[in-house]
Amino acid sequence: MEDYHLIDDILANDLKKEPIRSGFGRGLVASGKLSENVVALCADLTGSTKMDDFAKFYPDRFIEVGIGEQNLVTVASGLAAMGKIPFVSSYAAFSPGRNWEQIRTTICLNDRPVKIIGSHAGVSVGPDGATHQMLEDIPLMRVLPNMVVISPCDSLEAERATLAMAVNNKPNYMRLAREETPIITTYSTPFQIGKAYVYWGGTDLSIISTGTMTYHAMVAAAMLVSQGVSIEVVHVPTIKPLDKDTILASLSKTGCAITAEEGQINGGLGGAVAELLAENLPLPMKRIGINDRFGESGSPGELFAHFGLTSDHIIQAAYEVMDRK
Amino acid sequence: MEASEITKLELKANDIRQDVIRMLEAAGSGHSAGSLGQADIFAALYFSILKHDPKNPDWSDRDILIQSNGHTCPVRYAAMAEAGYFPVEELLTLRKFGSRLQGHPERLKLPGLETTSGPLGCGLSQACGMALALKIGQDFHRRIFVTTGDGELDEGNNWEAIMLAAKYKLSNVIAIIDRNNIQIDGLTETVMPLGDLKAKLESFGWHTIEIDGNNISEIITACDEARSITEQPTAIIAFTTPGKGVDFMEYDFHWHGIAPDAKQAKLALKELRTLNGKIISEEE
Repeated sequence: MEDYHLIDDILANDLKKEPIRSGFGRGLVASGKLSENVVALCADLTGSTKMDDFAKFYPDRFIEVGIGEQNLVTVASGLAAMGKIPFVSSYAAFSPGRNWEQIRTTICLNDRPVKIIGSHAGVSVGPDGATHQMLEDIPLMRVLPNMVVISPCDSLEAERATLAMAVNNKPNYMRLAREETPIITTYSTPFQIGKAYVYWGGTDLSIISTGTMTYHAMVAAAMLVSQGVSIEVVHVPTIKPLDKDTILASLSKTGCAITAEEGQINGGLGGAVAELLAENLPLPMKRIGINDRFGESGSPGELFAHFGLTSDHIIQAAYEVMDRK
Repeated sequence: MEASEITKLELKANDIRQDVIRMLEAAGSGHSAGSLGQADIFAALYFSILKHDPKNPDWSDRDILIQSNGHTCPVRYAAMAEAGYFPVEELLTLRKFGSRLQGHPERLKLPGLETTSGPLGCGLSQACGMALALKIGQDFHRRIFVTTGDGELDEGNNWEAIMLAAKYKLSNVIAIIDRNNIQIDGLTETVMPLGDLKAKLESFGWHTIEIDGNNISEIITACDEARSITEQPTAIIAFTTPGKGVDFMEYDFHWHGIAPDAKQAKLALKELRTLNGKIISEEE
């Protein structure tokens, strides 16, 4: 197994944490420094989507569109038409939640390299409640031709992903979480759009995870080792295009899978993997995530427990799926 | 502009209208009223107003024309063909399988289209993005023209763009609103009243001009004025006659979204060839 230079002890109590969106903020400033064509647009959420540093360093390249997400992405399409590389940010519930058709027509069908950043995705938004807990963004973006869909697991990966998005010349969507998330990668961990990474090698079951859930998958894997079960964790930061080879290779070895994501399993990563397996390698699997429900107010911890997203839930599901082999 | 030049453009608009009728008849579907109504605007744009090069559609100094009301693409395709972007014969492939002339304009299919459009209300904001890019790049010569329908202004996305264009003083944006008072379900003032559009746009910070959108001279004068405006975007409210030039289509909203059959097309072409009596019909 390749060494991806992850942190040494996933079960350590003092793991450094940072909101994933902070990595995006740093990656955006770095991208702006690398290319004068990088511009940023925001819909009245500059601070909370971490565009404030870019706005400070490059005021001439920062555009505040106000509370209008349809305008946000269509103005960006126009900027991209003239050779700019626009990053647009809002809460995922509103962009791409509200402006899907504009994204479909003026960005995807038009093939314009607009970079859509959906922050505050998932139930971990917490107290804001169901309206602001975007769970359908990955399904919405995944069905669009030309669109690349990225869901990093921590702030460092988000930073690397932002730099990669700035140069891939395609429409991109990246989902970010609001809450502090444990940092499990390092600056030496590789990231390439379209690649999945086996973060933990094993033989009995594959956990295929994305975004914030990769940390929980790693914790579950570490705990299962002590119970004599050998788990493989395949981290999938790019949901589209899906790294089919890496996922199928893992499944060929382990013979069963769990998917884990902080969003709707229907059409999400769970849906994508189910499609892949059904057509290529039908094997027992279980999807962990939100199952056809809306979120609600609460602390992130309470909500993860309520919706069955904790490491304990993953472990329980692992035994269930392995029994079906 | 000299009277003879204006007459030439009027004749060009008439050619475009005939192309539109032939295309729509061959396609068997499409939008007649708005396409005919805007023929004078598109003739003026492609043969007088726009800085462009049909042989080099990507010319880096060109003005840009976005057609937000993409459903009226027959008029744009016809004007482009007449201007030399592609052979006039290709117009008859409109809406057919394998054609570059999609039912609604698709940029990646046809050189010379600046964006993909049809779903309404998105052209103005794309124009704003293009205009911002020019401003960031300190390019003060090029202009972004955008045509929109009037019914299309029901879409909220337009008003988001209208606010943004004023905020960023996008004087390089020139919107031409096809004020023909009809949309699919009926009259604009019945379906969703736009009211005093000029007052609305002015209150949003736009320089606003009202013209007869079927008068070539007024179209050109208004665009010249728009080019001279600084600090404000310009909206040209072009009052047009839907179905202009074909008696049985004029002012009838039923013609918004349908095409003439063979018999209707023959009648329409005969009427257009005479240019309201100014020209003697050569064919029966």
